[in-house]
Amino acid sequence: MKTPKLPTFIDDSLLSVRDLQTQFTTDDGTVRAVDGVSFDIHRGEVFGVVGESGSGKSITAMSILGLVPSPPGKIVGGEVLWKGTDLVKASPETLRAIRGKEIAMIFQDPMSALNPVHTVGRQIAEVVRIHEDATKAQARVRAIEVLDMVGIPQPKRRVDDYPHEFSGGMRQRAMIAMAIACEPDLLIADEPTTALDVTVQAQVLDVLLEIKDRINSAIMLITHDLGVVAGVVDRVMVMYAGQSIEFGTVDEIFYKSRHPYTLGLLASVPRLDADDRELLRPIAGQPPSLLHRPTGCAFHPRCPHAVLPAPCSTEDPVLRVVDGVEHRSSCHFAETIVDVVPVTKEPVS
Amino acid sequence: MSDPERAQHGAGFQGTPGGSVSGGVDLLDPGVEAGPLGLSETLTIAPGGNTMRRDAWRRFRKNKLAMVGLVVIILLVIAAVFAPLIARYDPYQLSSDLRKPPSGEHWFGTDTVGRDLFARMVYGARVSLTVGIFAALIATVIGVIFGALAGFYGGFLDAVIMRITDILLAFPYIVLAIAIITVIGPGQATVILVLGLLGWLAIARVLRSSFLQIKQMEYVEAARAVGASNRRIMFKHMLPNAIQPVIVYSTLFVGSAVLSEAALSFLGIGINEPTPAWGLMVNQGRKFLTTAPHLLIIPGSAIFVMVLAFLFVGDGLRDALDPKLK
Repeated sequence: MKTPKLPTFIDDSLLSVRDLQTQFTTDDGTVRAVDGVSFDIHRGEVFGVVGESGSGKSITAMSILGLVPSPPGKIVGGEVLWKGTDLVKASPETLRAIRGKEIAMIFQDPMSALNPVHTVGRQIAEVVRIHEDATKAQARVRAIEVLDMVGIPQPKRRVDDYPHEFSGGMRQRAMIAMAIACEPDLLIADEPTTALDVTVQAQVLDVLLEIKDRINSAIMLITHDLGVVAGVVDRVMVMYAGQSIEFGTVDEIFYKSRHPYTLGLLASVPRLDADDRELLRPIAGQPPSLLHRPTGCAFHPRCPHAVLPAPCSTEDPVLRVVDGVEHRSSCHFAETIVDVVPVTKEPVS
Repeated sequence: MSDPERAQHGAGFQGTPGGSVSGGVDLLDPGVEAGPLGLSETLTIAPGGNTMRRDAWRRFRKNKLAMVGLVVIILLVIAAVFAPLIARYDPYQLSSDLRKPPSGEHWFGTDTVGRDLFARMVYGARVSLTVGIFAALIATVIGVIFGALAGFYGGFLDAVIMRITDILLAFPYIVLAIAIITVIGPGQATVILVLGLLGWLAIARVLRSSFLQIKQMEYVEAARAVGASNRRIMFKHMLPNAIQPVIVYSTLFVGSAVLSEAALSFLGIGINEPTPAWGLMVNQGRKFLTTAPHLLIIPGSAIFVMVLAFLFVGDGLRDALDPKLK
């Protein structure tokens, strides 16, 4: 069991997101994709963000780097404090200087995130040349170095290959190489293993963790794969409908979760040790439309423990410390739910 | 030499460049660390560098019409570049042999004022190609810049640029060219400028539509995420992915610029006497259709062949660069 890294000093945090709100204006109304999310990421840790598709994980990451497509998207409130600078208010030049150099992003789909017309080496060298005063030759040497670091065999030769000459796993490694070329302080990995098969997933995660220790950076790992979370993450934030609903160390989330949604997620993971006849236990219903967010707790229509109507459908839940130092949950009944065995409703057909 | 001997000899011979054999093994197994640097680099199999271009060339070569067009263009370019060496006469030299039919002395005969028609045709190729290629260059540069800006930034800028192209495209091309030329005066440079300034419209639209599509690609977002500036994203990341239809269109445009130049010259508002321009020659030959048909037929056919050659090459490029189209 890993020992959780608990934040002891506030100064320790690299990134502090405070009450971040990102909205999209559509013809049907305003979509609150990220709705008041706050969290800190500390140097050296792996911070996991978990949630279903559409829960706002990726938009949170994109908001940090100012990459939300605008229009229609817009950060309407909150702060993203990076080493004391608010990136929400930062100029495009400041943001450009930080992107790739201090905060780097690893994309989900390595098939489409590499430019097909440039060699892998050129794309890595480009990052170096944008941010550092390096000659073409120096940047190329660096590209070979990082390709070697992420475990591409014969990097001297592969550096001149085009992305289509790489396998899926190698492309994801190349993406990682690109992200670490300037030794950033924070790596944002947006579902870095989703597009890969399981054996390659493990390799890529290993590479990622090894690199993290080598360049002493933090990782924000966005995923919907709880297996990945359990394996590599230090602290977890669970997101639902654009809000963070539970926070804690990996152990707190996995063994002492205090939110029915997290419990539902955990219960829905297929188990190898399960009885043959045991069925998968999905969370009933669909993720809510962010255009028509349920009143009160956004999870109440799917929640097996919901007490209706009050307070679950009438009162907005508050994210608060419910246990330990920093284990937070926003369930109205977080304090008592811990003893309840998670039961899921029959799927609505 | 007996058979076993030969076999042995052969084996010995094959074994000599031992380095290359072991190097080859290295390459096949990516897990094995490459040998000495020099060896592994000289033995690199098929550097990926040009596979795309090589594929395109292979497809292009299979297209017979396109290859014919390419050969014709190359011949015309050679004629234009080496005009003084090829023509035996000065294209401006008058003589008293008026409208002589083709003969051993004057291969294409002589024109209405006794100049050697072959020399004028060869120098005329120079004029036509210069006009066609430079007009296409101007059109491509302007079209790429405005198309990229419109497609990349969208919104107001896009609307303004696209409305300008709408308005200009609403005029018949040649009428607009005539109007501009009558204002600023005829001449080769004017023709190039006018055709270039009108030709960018379609190129801008073609590139804009590619840009709109490519803007959604994840590698564009990835480029932004590593801190690339807008200009870098536009021209280094998006343009190489969007340029193929523009290359095709530009090639086709050379042909249509040649034709437009001929038309303008024919109408007397393009290139002036005594410059040897094909369109001008057609106009002069027109009056002697019955008595000296070669004066009309030769320059007319030349225009026809050159324009067709560019069309074939353009078409071949389209098929070669975009195999999905078929």
